[in-house]
Amino acid sequence: MNLQSKLAILADAAKYDASCASSGAAPRNSVGGRGMGSTEGMGICHSYAPDGRCISLLKILLTNFCQYDCLYCVNRVTSNVPRARFTVDEVVQLTLDFYRRNCIEGLFLSSGIIQSPDYTMEQVVEVARVLREEHDFRGYIHLKTIPDAAPELMERAGRYADRLSINIELPTAEGLTALAPEKDSAAIDRSMARMAVHIGESRAARKEQAAQAIVSMPQSRTTRRASVPHFAPGGQSTQMIVGADATNDRTILATSARLYGVHRLRRVYYSAFSPIPDAARALPLAAPPTVREHRLYQADWLMRFYGFTHDEIVPPSQGKSGSQAGMLALDVDPKLAWALAHRERFPVNLNTAPRELLLRVPGFGVQTVDRLLAARRVRRLRHADLARLHVPLKKVLPFVEAADYRPGRALDAADLAAQLTPPPVQRSLF
Amino acid sequence: MQRHTVTLDHPTDWPGFRQAARALVQANVPPQAVDWRCQADAASDLFAPEPHSHNVLPPPSPDAPALRVPPDFVHLCEQLILHRDPARFPLMYRLLWRMAQGGNEAEAARHDPLDADRMLAHHMVRAVARDKHKMHAFVRFRPVTQPDGETLHMAWFEPDHYITEANAGFFIRRFTQMRWAILTPDASVRWDGQQLHTGPGAQRSDAPPPDAGEALWLTYYRHIFNPARLKLGMMKKEMPTRYWHNLPEAALITELAQTAHERSAQMVAAEPTTPRKMIAPLKRPIPVEPE
Repeated sequence: MNLQSKLAILADAAKYDASCASSGAAPRNSVGGRGMGSTEGMGICHSYAPDGRCISLLKILLTNFCQYDCLYCVNRVTSNVPRARFTVDEVVQLTLDFYRRNCIEGLFLSSGIIQSPDYTMEQVVEVARVLREEHDFRGYIHLKTIPDAAPELMERAGRYADRLSINIELPTAEGLTALAPEKDSAAIDRSMARMAVHIGESRAARKEQAAQAIVSMPQSRTTRRASVPHFAPGGQSTQMIVGADATNDRTILATSARLYGVHRLRRVYYSAFSPIPDAARALPLAAPPTVREHRLYQADWLMRFYGFTHDEIVPPSQGKSGSQAGMLALDVDPKLAWALAHRERFPVNLNTAPRELLLRVPGFGVQTVDRLLAARRVRRLRHADLARLHVPLKKVLPFVEAADYRPGRALDAADLAAQLTPPPVQRSLF
Repeated sequence: MQRHTVTLDHPTDWPGFRQAARALVQANVPPQAVDWRCQADAASDLFAPEPHSHNVLPPPSPDAPALRVPPDFVHLCEQLILHRDPARFPLMYRLLWRMAQGGNEAEAARHDPLDADRMLAHHMVRAVARDKHKMHAFVRFRPVTQPDGETLHMAWFEPDHYITEANAGFFIRRFTQMRWAILTPDASVRWDGQQLHTGPGAQRSDAPPPDAGEALWLTYYRHIFNPARLKLGMMKKEMPTRYWHNLPEAALITELAQTAHERSAQMVAAEPTTPRKMIAPLKRPIPVEPE
């Protein structure tokens, strides 16, 4: 099979993984090196596919042969998709060639399980080793690790990679047992915990070393010690499939909160269960619930940057706007939904409210809030200032008051939700 | 009120602007009495006085204000001058002049993030930053064999602003051991492995056509797309159509979008197939064919 055909099969096999982030690496470049590559903190999206997803890394599987039979997966052993396998060197050359053309930031490598978890992990790590050691490649590497692989293989992966990830796949252990019989949620959890420890230790040791480099005696020189090796400086991430089982949004966000809190994950990705070319009989297909996926991402942001806790974002009981119990509303964003359900907390005074309250105002982003805080140090904020901020005024005004503005009775209006909800769009037939 | 005209050597002549602006502020010349131009504009303006390479700048007035500006402001101007809008010069000067006035005016120009001039400046700097970022993302190199047998990687790019030289550092750091050139309508930069050479603007025809290796990238683009999730609006938001004619993969977008619905509907409608016979867990490695 030629390289074009392999690439087609093994890119197809990889496209259901939502993650493509290339951020969080330690800054480095190819000055003084033998090879090429750099990372400058912020990832770069080099292209966008018509599905709106960013293409930042060459995202491929080393092979889509797999012994596992995860029902939601196109590469499961019982699927009839065409199979292929790259050699280590083919992946290395593809990565270097695309990188040289400035099409990618680096490589995101994953694999089906062949022979054994250890054998598979070894192959994946070998690609990273060749890139780093033989080609002095300094671009981004994200490796998908296999939870059942030996801990020392994980450690080697972490030394070469900027980011590691293990897919939790489904939000609950029961769901995983039902749909992915060979996967063990306890093993996934153990692996994440182990990686979190390594990432934390490496980070702490490097910090300590940086602090020790300060010379206290003017005449003395710092002793050069071998620097502490990096371990996945971009942290770890994971992915959850949304809509393949009946788990509700409240449970999904609770799982995410645990992953962020306990395992210090950098990102949790949500992936709407998407039709695959060869479906399992037990898992009928439908159009992917992309709006729900979008609302989960918004809720995730509220947890990470806006000070919301996971259990206040989703109403435990039937919402006023007719949203189902335990589910995020689809017609309004979760922040607006929360504000409408908690009108007693508003209006928020722009001139006196603390940062955490300003962050709860619908239509205010983190940047807007920081700007308001800086501006009110020099003067009192007025209605006209809001107009200059490029915020959605219609959404903001009912919830705030300024030196010369009060929302009056807008907040009590029974139809406020209706005013702020976009009118239903005539669904097109296609 | 005497009018002053300052002619800068080129669109991003920061030292020239800085020197002139400092002299004008110290001579108490208000913003509305200064006209800013570049050599290129001066040459095309029929009614302009003869361009002179040395601007006649007024002497400082005896009560000239001490001119101290925050370092942030200098960084802001270094980015702002890369913007293509001719209004950038009067805007920079107006901010500087206000900072020198003292009182509320200076306070607002220095510290109020909602001040109209400051907001406009930040807005323009954000546009420059976005343009720089898109250049990092969308420059596409194509290999060309040079007469000496070395490979030169060449790219054609059309930035919105005057960012080409200011942005070369990123490519130097990333592709230090490579020889590369980026051609744009305003300027071109070439890295020989040791040094950066800057040159005049170029034309699209000066850049090389697609090569065979590009086909692999197009294959990847075609297959990483998930037809069940067509979201053209999202894609255009991040990859505006004005960049498409220089992106090889953009030629595939129309076809991928048109066939997406049909492909995804077929997947949903397809009867589940009979599972392949379960293979026993493998003992032997799958042979990899020699290429």
